[in-house]
Amino acid sequence: MSEPSRRNFLKSAAALGAAIPAGVSAQSKAPAHADHGAHAAPKGAPAQPRPYMFLSQAEVAFLDAAVSHLIPKDELGPGAKEAGVTYFIDQQLFGGYGSMARKYTQGPWPEGTPQQGYQSPLTPAAVYRAGIRDTNAHCQKTYGKSFDALARAQQEEVLKGLDGGKIELEQVRSQFFFNMMLNNTIEGFFADPVYGGNRDKAGWKLVGFPGVAAVYTSFIEKHNVPYKAQPVSIADITGKIAQVDEHGHPIHVMLHDHKAGA
Amino acid sequence: MATKLKPVDAVTIGVGLTGTILAKELADTGLKVVGIERGRWRDTEHDFAMPGVHDELKYVRHKELMQDLSKETITFRNNANELALPMRQLGSFLPGEGVGGAAVHWGGLTWRFLPWDFETKSRTLARYGAKQVSEECTMQDWGVSYDELEPHFNRFEYLYGVSGKAGNLNGKIIPGGNPFEGARSAEYPNPPLKVGYSSLLFKQAAEKLGYKTFPVPTSANSRAYKNEYGATIQSCVYCGYCQFFACEMGAKASPQTAVLPALMKNPNYELRTLCNVTRINLDSEKKRAVSVTYVDSRGREFEQPADLILLTSYVLNNARLMLLSGIGKPYDPTTGTGVVGRNYAYQTPSSVTLFFEDKNFNSFMGAGGMGLAIDEFNGDNFDHSGLGFIGGGFMQAGSNGARPIEFHPVPQGTPRWGSEWKKAVSKYYNRAFSITIQGACQSYRGNWLDLDPTYRDAYGLPLLRMTFDRRENETKMSEWLTNKAAEIAKAIGPARMNVNPRRGKYTIVPYQSTHNTGGTVMGADPNTSVVNKYLQSWDVHNLFVVGAGNFPQNGGYNPTGTVGALTYQALEAIKTRYLKKPGALV
Repeated sequence: MSEPSRRNFLKSAAALGAAIPAGVSAQSKAPAHADHGAHAAPKGAPAQPRPYMFLSQAEVAFLDAAVSHLIPKDELGPGAKEAGVTYFIDQQLFGGYGSMARKYTQGPWPEGTPQQGYQSPLTPAAVYRAGIRDTNAHCQKTYGKSFDALARAQQEEVLKGLDGGKIELEQVRSQFFFNMMLNNTIEGFFADPVYGGNRDKAGWKLVGFPGVAAVYTSFIEKHNVPYKAQPVSIADITGKIAQVDEHGHPIHVMLHDHKAGA
Repeated sequence: MATKLKPVDAVTIGVGLTGTILAKELADTGLKVVGIERGRWRDTEHDFAMPGVHDELKYVRHKELMQDLSKETITFRNNANELALPMRQLGSFLPGEGVGGAAVHWGGLTWRFLPWDFETKSRTLARYGAKQVSEECTMQDWGVSYDELEPHFNRFEYLYGVSGKAGNLNGKIIPGGNPFEGARSAEYPNPPLKVGYSSLLFKQAAEKLGYKTFPVPTSANSRAYKNEYGATIQSCVYCGYCQFFACEMGAKASPQTAVLPALMKNPNYELRTLCNVTRINLDSEKKRAVSVTYVDSRGREFEQPADLILLTSYVLNNARLMLLSGIGKPYDPTTGTGVVGRNYAYQTPSSVTLFFEDKNFNSFMGAGGMGLAIDEFNGDNFDHSGLGFIGGGFMQAGSNGARPIEFHPVPQGTPRWGSEWKKAVSKYYNRAFSITIQGACQSYRGNWLDLDPTYRDAYGLPLLRMTFDRRENETKMSEWLTNKAAEIAKAIGPARMNVNPRRGKYTIVPYQSTHNTGGTVMGADPNTSVVNKYLQSWDVHNLFVVGAGNFPQNGGYNPTGTVGALTYQALEAIKTRYLKKPGALV
């Protein structure tokens, strides 16, 4: 890899700041971080309502509340809710994942042992539908309110009850539902933003992950030297926002160089 | 009714690592060869291009390059007292689907099994006596020695451009290589990959403890390399998306990069994709295979006659097609008789994860097989007297590229979610690495493969049923090996560490390794093996069964290098002996 020139850094930095991958960041109202100023939404961009394809409004409210506990917003930055994880889950449930595409779905369906894995007759889409309904029923019975209307401490108590299996749900095992939600939340927080979560690359920025594959030949033996680059997503490349080399690898904008340039 | 096609000389069932090598070499001798592959065509230029090919959700979580279970899966149970249930989604292991097979998404590690591995039984009995293993253990010798396979290992390493450092060149121990490896006739074709920070720390600590570190041999090529077929495998760029992914650079050796460019140009070769073989048909005396039956993507059924049938699909399907076709006697664990499905084994991986406050590993960088290893605790490289187990595994610290959906290690005791979890993930994503151990797994009377009585595939055929659990030997071994790794970890001096030996019942849920072995094992005795030392069926002389299914038990390494050597072992016998005089080679 030839080291990108300073001129390329500046050009890339400007481009990354100016353009936003369609359908991903345009809805974001989250302010840019000082370190990642390249990701501010363009001024005057209309805030489009997110087109939920599977979840009802009540289910969106449930998941917005639930995922904000699983990965909360805090001093480290946005949480799962702010990163669009509910929308990510909606898109997943509407798509192949939700319907168990490429998975074995023939019965019979005895429950099996934990070692035998997923044995539910319900698809993930159906698990969410049943799990949210049953959890809300539990909340109504216990607190007189649906999950999203509870105080945060009560919500936390309910989630811990699902996680530990203390709350029994009617149609689906509580831990099965909880683990699915937790796994999908982590996926939505860290998956490429093209899937609708990880908005503004919040998950990647949290851990210092630079996104799609890049060329590290000249850096990998620089031991104990943190490599800090503006993360690049699939849409940054397909949308020609990020500069790429001849193999399609992004030419990274290093964060310190970006600051110096800006 | 199947349409009967014009006969050809040879058919490979499956077009992956073994099927492409055999097809190339046989087509070059002038034979008409047809490759039949259940999945689709895939090539580097069109299918593995940036940026879409490096998407963690699609490839690691949703297993885009791997077997479509909606059509066919296996059923699984831990023991014969349980009801086997379908593996509804992939987890523990990840068979491939499509041209190139699992050698598209493999991690690249290309080992030679130890000389001891091929003689596990006789050497164990000689050194420790019969009481070293449980009565239930069905370990056995392979019927082939390391020395016989050596030229074949060499050939495969030169085909795939393996990067590494010899430790034993013609009997001379070479500093910097693995001193425990069998004598090799040549240095690796390419020098080792670069050394990451975690590997360096591992090396310093391991050497302080008196161990000899060496580079893990890998088919992620350290430089552009042209092989004997004129195919150029490119130089690895350490992008960090290797195992579970296809390589956009063409730098990880695979059928696509090493063999297919030449094979597809040979007019003697014809590839048929999206065609699923459902049966190998025998003559009336059941001594000779006459054809294979397959269904194409338009639902048409064909019968392809051939003189030579090469069963070159994944381990599990090789065993299943034998069972579905009624070739060889199915194994019966109650009597211990029969052979097809016998000696299914796996791997016993474990790890120690180290967490630091002040060190950064840029965890997202790396390559498959990039790392430094020690082999002091593999095979019979150490005295097992009084330990109550046999076998071992290599241990390594590598930089293999880690994406945050799957890789976000946190110290033990951290909650699974919430603010504290988030803090730990944020802190340690780039400040942690693991020492990993590729523990061996022995074979046992109660671990086997057969046909499921209930569940069926998309063609109405019974699924393969896996009955498997690890035994005390594996648990003790894993505990012992993992403690050794923990000693090295302590010498490195992390702030925290998680020590994770493999314990408890085997589960198909979390990923462990795609190192399934056995079911069609090789050997010297037809009463305990499916194929002879040339991988020729004992029952049907024009059928060769090739792959890790031939391993009578699994060693403490990744299997691919040994699978490559076995492929050439079969090939040489076919070319130099079988084609001249078809019949039983043993």
